[in-house]
Amino acid sequence: MENLVNVYFFGKRYQVPGDLTIMTAMEYAGYTLSRGCGCRHGFCGACATIYRIKGCNELKTCLACQTQVQEGMYIASIPFFPTDKRAYEIKDLKPNQQVMMELYPEIYSCIGCNACTKACTQSLNVMQYIAYAQRGELEKCAEESFDCVSCGCCSVRCPAEISHPMVGLLARRLTGKYIAPESQHVTQRVAEINRGEYDAMIEQIMQKPISEMQELYNNRDIEK
Amino acid sequence: MFTDYMLESIKKVEATRAERMRTEPRRMTAEEKSELLKAYHPDYRPEGFAEIKIGVNKGQKAPLELTQLLHSNSRLLNEDIDLTKPDYDVDVLVIGGGGAGASAAIEAHEAGANVMIVTKLRIGDANTMMAEGGIQAADKPNDSPVQHYLDAFGGGHFAARPELLRRLVMEAPDAIRWLNELGVMFDKAENGDMVTTHGGGTSRKRMHACKDYSGAEIMRTLRDEVLNRKIPVVEFTSAVELTKDDLGQVTGAVLLNMETGDYLVARAKTVIIATGGAGRLHYQGFPTSNHYGATADGLVLGYRAGAPLLYQDTIQYHPTGVAYPSQIFGALVTEKVRSLGAMLVNKDGEAYAHPLETRDVSASAIIRECANGKGVDTPLGSGVWLDTPMIELLHGEGTIEKRIPAMLRMYLNYGIDMRKVPILVYPTLHYQNGGLEIGGDGFTKAIPNLLVAGEAVGGIHGRNRLMGNSLLDIIVFGRNAGKAAAAKAKDVTLGKSNLDHITAYAQALSEAGLEQAGVSPLLLPKYARHKK
Repeated sequence: MENLVNVYFFGKRYQVPGDLTIMTAMEYAGYTLSRGCGCRHGFCGACATIYRIKGCNELKTCLACQTQVQEGMYIASIPFFPTDKRAYEIKDLKPNQQVMMELYPEIYSCIGCNACTKACTQSLNVMQYIAYAQRGELEKCAEESFDCVSCGCCSVRCPAEISHPMVGLLARRLTGKYIAPESQHVTQRVAEINRGEYDAMIEQIMQKPISEMQELYNNRDIEK
Repeated sequence: MFTDYMLESIKKVEATRAERMRTEPRRMTAEEKSELLKAYHPDYRPEGFAEIKIGVNKGQKAPLELTQLLHSNSRLLNEDIDLTKPDYDVDVLVIGGGGAGASAAIEAHEAGANVMIVTKLRIGDANTMMAEGGIQAADKPNDSPVQHYLDAFGGGHFAARPELLRRLVMEAPDAIRWLNELGVMFDKAENGDMVTTHGGGTSRKRMHACKDYSGAEIMRTLRDEVLNRKIPVVEFTSAVELTKDDLGQVTGAVLLNMETGDYLVARAKTVIIATGGAGRLHYQGFPTSNHYGATADGLVLGYRAGAPLLYQDTIQYHPTGVAYPSQIFGALVTEKVRSLGAMLVNKDGEAYAHPLETRDVSASAIIRECANGKGVDTPLGSGVWLDTPMIELLHGEGTIEKRIPAMLRMYLNYGIDMRKVPILVYPTLHYQNGGLEIGGDGFTKAIPNLLVAGEAVGGIHGRNRLMGNSLLDIIVFGRNAGKAAAAKAKDVTLGKSNLDHITAYAQALSEAGLEQAGVSPLLLPKYARHKK
């Protein structure tokens, strides 16, 4: 028989194979998931989960799809957390410190407890990116928060009631739109296409017989 | 975390690394590729397919699991739904909250339409979120939309619909511009030039990326924009059937609240199906890189309402799914790992193929190696090595952390440091090349006010899709569908809604002797284990 471990979903004990993830262990136990299950590969943040190992005091947060079960895990999923996203028109904003003060003023209530960083399922330095946001260093905030999957575990644990993923998202959009330098080659190519400079060529290639297309394809030069 | 047996094989990979790095493996000829595909690609295994017995594609083949759903009845067949009192009444109904649905909603809203999104999980729970490697667009000086067309057309075995492929490549640079202006953080050089790389089968370096969170970065930006615009998003609500009128138009959809089990009715002048793919049907028993909701629902709804499928028998198996460890079996290892220089190597340390052949060819070659005893055995099957330490040797220490942080994190969770040791991969069910047929304008040909966008469309890519052309197609065809649906909604006059087509479908099933097949769409995969 395979190695079974005892886990407790919402306090109820199940015996499950020890090589499963929390998510597949819930399914093994008979759960049909709708909330708390998304991409199943660590990108969407749907499966934020909080757990404690029996006999240990420490509360831990994780993504259920990326975390293997352990003996004595007491597990509660967080199927939804009311993070507070502020609405804005990106085209009306300016990339400065003021924008954070206006849209997310609660970041200045951070008490520096670092609970957000400890809770991050992606091992990001969350408190640091909030500090960057406070100082209006939007590009640094964007970089530091880039791998965020918006699971919300940071916000669950925050005594200052900050919606960290929303702060990072705003910083990234402002960085992508306003701070990163313009890509001239994109602007130029869009203009060329709009002027119709490729219309004749594309019409021509669309009309070519398959045999000619095969010839062209099999002999095309490939950039090194 | 590797077993002793695996560690022995790693020694052989390390022994040949220096020599391999001096030579680029030869690319296969067209004949070699064709023979390899016929011998090893899962699309060529007849036992994986069945004949469709009813509907507009009757007589054609489709994967067994999809055929089963097409041969199933509507869950509304014996329900009494009052279609005269809609719970929602809008211009444009978008079914699906992924990249295509979100793009469509934003553009429809921009055009002034009253638009709403329904999605069976949350907005952003979609394959878009999981796309890692990048998005193609021919915007560099040595490239052109025509070159992009040639790469995609050849890579798709000359089967793409020219009018669809034309839109894809011609509107690609504008898709990048649009995303950039929404605030997507692309990888750029200091002068603003996009950092671009090759993908399998590209002849120019036109893969734009946002580290290896490309789809996530695009999806979270689009989602944020949808929310900023206050476009209604009804989550955990599935469209389970389209409604129609006497003129053959769609009039909206019947929705199912996934949490309460209640039915709702949405009435709309135009409907966009943007429901994505089918990886969770696990064709031929493959694991999948797809998200939980990828169950081909839109194909079933559309087909039952009379919209034809195209290329429903061609499936993309991504060559590099995780083969080990078992906890992440089938998860995607982005093609960008190979774009950055990692080679595919068999258990003897031999680079048996060029790492950047098209996906169908590359996957077939891995299956061949494993079938011929050149794979490394794993608890769930076998796999070949992807020699990731090469990346750091080629581009310098720190490249993996900077360019593919998600991959590094995924493996470190299980004690595998891909900077130092290679990783084991095997093909994973990744993409549905086929889907509902549309014309160049985005509308289905059979139903005048029904549009399809994203992975649910068939024909954009032909019979195989290149890396980076799917993130592109959801944006290009999503935007187009949104604009076209908003414009069309102004001219549509709807008749009285009915569900007569599901009764007719039931009749056809019965006549074909198939009435016992079950109900569809599937909505969620059946993963729960029940003792009885």
